[in-house]
Amino acid sequence: MDADKNFLVGIFDDEELVLDGVDKVRQSGVKIHEVFSPFPVHGLDERLGYKRTRLPIAAFMFGMTGTGLALLMQIWMLGFDWPMIIGGKNFSSLPPFIPVTFELTVLLASLGMVGTFLIVSGLKPYAWPRQFDLRSTEDKHVMAIDLALNKGKSKEEIAGILKSAGASEVNEKNFE
Amino acid sequence: MQITSSVRDPLVTGGKTVKDVSHDISRQVEGKPTSLWWMAMAISVAVLAYGFYCFCYLLWNGVGVWGLNKTVGWAWDITNFVWWVGIGHAGTLISAILLLFRQKWRMSINRAAEAMTIFAVICAATFPLAHMGRLWLGFYWALPLPNAFGSLWVNFNSPLLWDVFAISTYFTVSLVFWYMGLIPDFAVIRDRAVVQGNKIRAAVYNALSFGWQGGAKAWMRYESVALILAGISTPLVLSVHTIVSMDFATSVIPGWHTTIFPPYFVAGAIFSGFAMVLTLLLVTRKVFKLEDYITIYHIELMNIIIIVTGSIVGIAYITELFISWYSGVEYEGYAFYNRVQGPLAWAYWSMMTCNVISPQLFWIKKIRTSIMATFVLSIVVNIGMWFERFVIIVTSLHRDYVPSSWTMFHPTMYDIGEYLFTFGFFFTAFLLFAKFFPVINMAEVKSIVKSDSEKLKHDDTHH
Repeated sequence: MDADKNFLVGIFDDEELVLDGVDKVRQSGVKIHEVFSPFPVHGLDERLGYKRTRLPIAAFMFGMTGTGLALLMQIWMLGFDWPMIIGGKNFSSLPPFIPVTFELTVLLASLGMVGTFLIVSGLKPYAWPRQFDLRSTEDKHVMAIDLALNKGKSKEEIAGILKSAGASEVNEKNFE
Repeated sequence: MQITSSVRDPLVTGGKTVKDVSHDISRQVEGKPTSLWWMAMAISVAVLAYGFYCFCYLLWNGVGVWGLNKTVGWAWDITNFVWWVGIGHAGTLISAILLLFRQKWRMSINRAAEAMTIFAVICAATFPLAHMGRLWLGFYWALPLPNAFGSLWVNFNSPLLWDVFAISTYFTVSLVFWYMGLIPDFAVIRDRAVVQGNKIRAAVYNALSFGWQGGAKAWMRYESVALILAGISTPLVLSVHTIVSMDFATSVIPGWHTTIFPPYFVAGAIFSGFAMVLTLLLVTRKVFKLEDYITIYHIELMNIIIIVTGSIVGIAYITELFISWYSGVEYEGYAFYNRVQGPLAWAYWSMMTCNVISPQLFWIKKIRTSIMATFVLSIVVNIGMWFERFVIIVTSLHRDYVPSSWTMFHPTMYDIGEYLFTFGFFFTAFLLFAKFFPVINMAEVKSIVKSDSEKLKHDDTHH
């Protein structure tokens, strides 16, 4: 049996049930592929054992790039490439450069962060997701268990664990 | 686990479940547009078409078709620009600042407010672009691009250039923020379309949703992105109108050269932005039957923000007036004497009535919870805010230092036409948005249905 093909899918009716469910399923030694929810459930990522995302660091680096590029651009253009006397001020005086620097910091930080988010999450306009259950965007929380990664337990055993963890139904889902 | 307050009103009424949220919001995307929608669309497109004619005429013949003269070189164009940018402040304020303050009532209004922001900023941008006269060369004049003059770069010391960066950054970041929120909701419509067997709609909304699935890992990253976007959008919102105000404040024209402008403009922007959000949402909630999501409580809270910002604006007007006398500067004093007493005093007093007196009516609970009163006052506020910009710009200019160059400003049909052009665009775009996009952020509202719905609050008090 290959990984990432045959799944058992447990359907949970609300966020508290799925939060407890994740703990119970993990305690009984079953590996969870992923939980799909219609809205963000707080604490779910921790209970699934996910490490904190490093997107904030990416945002900071993009922001700093913006700050640096904006300052370099302004100082080079007005200070070195074509200096002009404007109101008798220094060619490169920092205070009037702050607004543009700030704006470009924000621009690069947000575009860079969102771009990184889309790439690492595999989101693109032409991607059709593998849907374990269509109700996962509507109102149900859907827990997918990859059978190939849980070879120690039989299908029935896992289904039983899901049921006792609070799943209202358990379905099988196979992808080719 | 449930956190319900007996003090706070529910944010979702009508005993809605998570499933109802998907159904109620997706319904208007899936169904055929109503005859009311077609009627509104026909009017908007007609206005847009007339405005487009005026805009083309202006581009062909030049800025001379406006009523400007040698003394009044800025009038309706910049008035409309500042007015639209101001309106564009509510959206990101609601979604960013209220997110940081964990104000859950933002959730059912942020989507429409952000859409409004984006369209308003586009409307605003048309005015400085048109004022350049030669739109097709505008990129060279406004952006630091290499050019055939040597390269002669743009002047980074000028607040007009800061404006270019502020507005374009604000537009881009607001668009990204808005679209991020839409991604999970497009996925809801896609999955419903798959169930309904509508393949075309499923494909279109899948492309729009970027193949969103809603896994816990994706949600974790998504929330982190939303929080950081909110964090960096907050100073961005405040910076935009600050920089717009510097277009005036850094000049040496009496009536413009004041340090009070940045905070005063930001408060005014939020004031007019909330008024426009109310105007649009009161109609949207009625047409799409969203009374359970946009409740009287939401309207009341927005009206309270209108009282606060309206009062800040009122204090700013009075402070300006006082300082013009107290400073002892003759020119400054005259600029304000002319506003209050001069030939355009009617505009000044309209502004005072609409912006300072009318929002104070919201202190009365009956008025701020009345839909009709709110609707009327929200329009009054926006008329007042338009006059504010007109007063600041035209009355400060039309009586120049030398009395021989004193003039008046009279708008031509092309001044009016271009204003109508932006109105036509704004309403056409908003109607398209309201029809094809989910007008309420479903994912966010779903996350509060459990803790903030009326049904559960009711149950809770019984237990």
